[in-house]
Amino acid sequence: MEVCNCIEPQWPADELLMKYQYISDFFIAIAYFSIPLELIYFVKKSAVFPYRWVLVQFGAFIVLCGATHLINLWTFTTHSRTVALVMTTAKVLTAVVSCATALMLVHIIPDLLSVKTRELFLKNKAAELDREMGLIRTQEETGRHVRMLTHEIRSTLDRHTILKTTLVELGRTLALEECALWMPTRTGLELQLSYTLRHQHPVEYTVPIQLPVINQVFGTSRAVKISPNSPVARLRPVSGKYMLGEVVAVRVPLLHLSNFQINDWPELSTKRYALMVLMLPSDSARQWHVHELELVEVVADQVAVALSHAAILEESMRARDLLMEQNVALDLARREAETAIRARNDFLAVMNHEMRTPMHAIIALSSLLQETELTPEQRLMVETILKSSNLLATLMNDVLDLSRLEDGSLQLELGTFNLHTLFREVLNLIKPIAVVKKLPITLNLAPDLPEFVVGDEKRLMQIILNIVGNAVKFSKQGSISVAALVTKSDTRAADFFVVPTGSHFYLRVKVKDSGAGINPQDIPKLFTKFAQTQSLATRSSGGSGLGLAISKRFVNLMEGNIWIESDGLGKGCTAIFDVKLGISERSNESKQSGIPKVPAIPRHSSFTGLKVLVMDENGVSRMVTKGLLVHLGCEVTTVSSNEECLRVVSHEHKVVFMDVCMPGVENYQIALRIHEKFTKQRHQRPLLVALSGNTDKSTKEKCMSFGLDGVLLKPVSLDHMRDVLSDLLERRVLYEGM
Amino acid sequence: MNTTVVAQLQRQFQDYIVSLYQQGFLDNQFSELRKLQDEGTPDFVSEVVFLFFDDCSKLINTMSTSLEQPDNVDFKQLDSGVHQLKGSSSSVGAKRVKNVCISFKECCDVQNREGCLRCLQQVDYEYKMLKTKLQELFNLEQQILQAGGTIPQVDIS
Repeated sequence: MEVCNCIEPQWPADELLMKYQYISDFFIAIAYFSIPLELIYFVKKSAVFPYRWVLVQFGAFIVLCGATHLINLWTFTTHSRTVALVMTTAKVLTAVVSCATALMLVHIIPDLLSVKTRELFLKNKAAELDREMGLIRTQEETGRHVRMLTHEIRSTLDRHTILKTTLVELGRTLALEECALWMPTRTGLELQLSYTLRHQHPVEYTVPIQLPVINQVFGTSRAVKISPNSPVARLRPVSGKYMLGEVVAVRVPLLHLSNFQINDWPELSTKRYALMVLMLPSDSARQWHVHELELVEVVADQVAVALSHAAILEESMRARDLLMEQNVALDLARREAETAIRARNDFLAVMNHEMRTPMHAIIALSSLLQETELTPEQRLMVETILKSSNLLATLMNDVLDLSRLEDGSLQLELGTFNLHTLFREVLNLIKPIAVVKKLPITLNLAPDLPEFVVGDEKRLMQIILNIVGNAVKFSKQGSISVAALVTKSDTRAADFFVVPTGSHFYLRVKVKDSGAGINPQDIPKLFTKFAQTQSLATRSSGGSGLGLAISKRFVNLMEGNIWIESDGLGKGCTAIFDVKLGISERSNESKQSGIPKVPAIPRHSSFTGLKVLVMDENGVSRMVTKGLLVHLGCEVTTVSSNEECLRVVSHEHKVVFMDVCMPGVENYQIALRIHEKFTKQRHQRPLLVALSGNTDKSTKEKCMSFGLDGVLLKPVSLDHMRDVLSDLLERRVLYEGM
Repeated sequence: MNTTVVAQLQRQFQDYIVSLYQQGFLDNQFSELRKLQDEGTPDFVSEVVFLFFDDCSKLINTMSTSLEQPDNVDFKQLDSGVHQLKGSSSSVGAKRVKNVCISFKECCDVQNREGCLRCLQQVDYEYKMLKTKLQELFNLEQQILQAGGTIPQVDIS
């Protein structure tokens, strides 16, 4: 036998077993070769695989294992030594690699395991975040719902809409089964079911307000979970469901207008709340979540605010409607009043004219009748007629005046006039009556009283006449004094001296009488129309009671004041009035302003230096005339006889006053002589005025025939002389106004 | 200046002068005279008045001399005297004197000596009375001026 280097297998070959081993080894080898391929393929495919080196090692290990098994195939039969060698090499390599791999795996596997745990951890985290995300989203949605709800609630100012919308939206947002609102009744002792979302409710379903559950809810501003069996929650028809959903109740403060102070959040001591009850669907196993409760609370607050706004608006709308009604009514009333006034004015105007015409006829014809021949009885009758008709005419004028005054349609007629003259005229008018009643009237004009003023002369005279007339009328004895002065107005602190350039002053007139006096209680009534304060006995003094009322109106028109003071019955009374008058510029120019101690007397500037000659045999009379003229500013020369007069008279003298009281014509001759003296210089001849005791026709004729330029009645008053001089100088002749 | 004293004096003055008017001693002409008095002629009224009284006394003397002898009374002279007196009295506003003069003149016209005598007596009495009264008035005026006040203007129509 040859010794071959082949290796005999250990056991004799059993054919079948050998075959199976052969096949298995073959497949193992294939598998072992394909595994790395697969690995490589998939690893290449995957993006991440951190352990490539391990893979290589493993691959090597597998490949070698496969190689080993493959080579094993040749060892089933007798095989050569080479094969055995290769087999051995392969096995050795495989052993090395696998040991290395095993060693490597010791490091690798914990790592791989930890990767796995981390993966698990991350997965958990992701799940958690997902959950939280879900929650946040829910919350955000809830918030959105709240905003939308609020918007819905606040978008209307109608109470019912607000509440209805609230319930609807809440029901929708929170997917409620039922939502109800209980409002307190008027008495405040019960809660009445006012609104529900789904179920119908009986109209007057109330529960008493003092239930513990209600108190609990009202006691806190938070939403409170209540039992589904409490009376406020028993709204749903019992339908056999055994799992009622959870119920939450929250209080809604009902705020009044008065709760809103300026800087105050409304105090919740209002104690008036409504109750909102929210029910989750039955059998849903849903729970009230915190965010849902918060939503409910927020909504409840918003509803409260919205309701109070609605209440405020209702209030203001009501007020506005009321005002509009009142406006309309007032407008109507005003128009009616205007119509009435117009009607009255028309009536008055017509009646006035209609009444005046016959009145004038009566007065005129009665006056004419008076002039004719009448028997004494007839005369008396006519006089009475005249007096009565005059009285009637005055009455009509008064009434018309008063109605125009009250309208405000009366205007003052302003003009310049002489105040001093006005007073004297009034006194002249009153004098006859006063003389008859033996009541002396004194007039006291203050020295600083301006002479020429601007105002309504006629009305002022009316006022003074009325007051003085009243004083005379109601005084049986004693005296009457009229004082006129310049007064300071209360409202102006500045001094009020007479300033000659068109400013104003307040005239105060005081009329004091010593008559019957007036009860102080009656004083306010005095100025009322038609009110008479005297007893019936003195009513016979006539008058309609309008005089003072009219005077008051006039005084008011002149921006003044009128009042009466009396110390009581029987002690007389003083009527005082102030009126505002303007100061006329003319003729007050030369007035010296205000040192009140020394009364400034006006000197007519046009007479200053006027040379005048006075001829009078009577010393006293001469002196008086001279004083008069000197006072007026003239330069006076006096002579006491005709001859002296002729001697002294010269062209410098502008006027010669000659007294012609002595009977006879000697004095008149002087005039002729003076004419002769000045025949050559006619234009230089002085004016010749006679002062005579009478001014009848014959005297006038005589004067004219002797060439005198005028005649004056002695004694001459100061004012008269002034007027005469101005007239004379203007017109060079004076045969009127005696 | 004591205003109450002044007011009192003025009141007194006013009342007094009113009473003179009321009793007919004075008439409007007197107030006209008072108007002529100013700071330039502060004593005008008293001067005129005293001149008048002088005149009065002189005239009365003359007239009484005329009327002494019952036989040859010069009525013409009397008449002119009365005329003068009348003129003067009306110039100063001596109302009563003037009225007496009017009756005096009537007596003269009818040459009634008795009547004239009576009138003369009356004139004498009247003017003396007026003199006293006016003296009083001027005293009051002085008092007022001394107290620092102003004479009130009393104008009686």
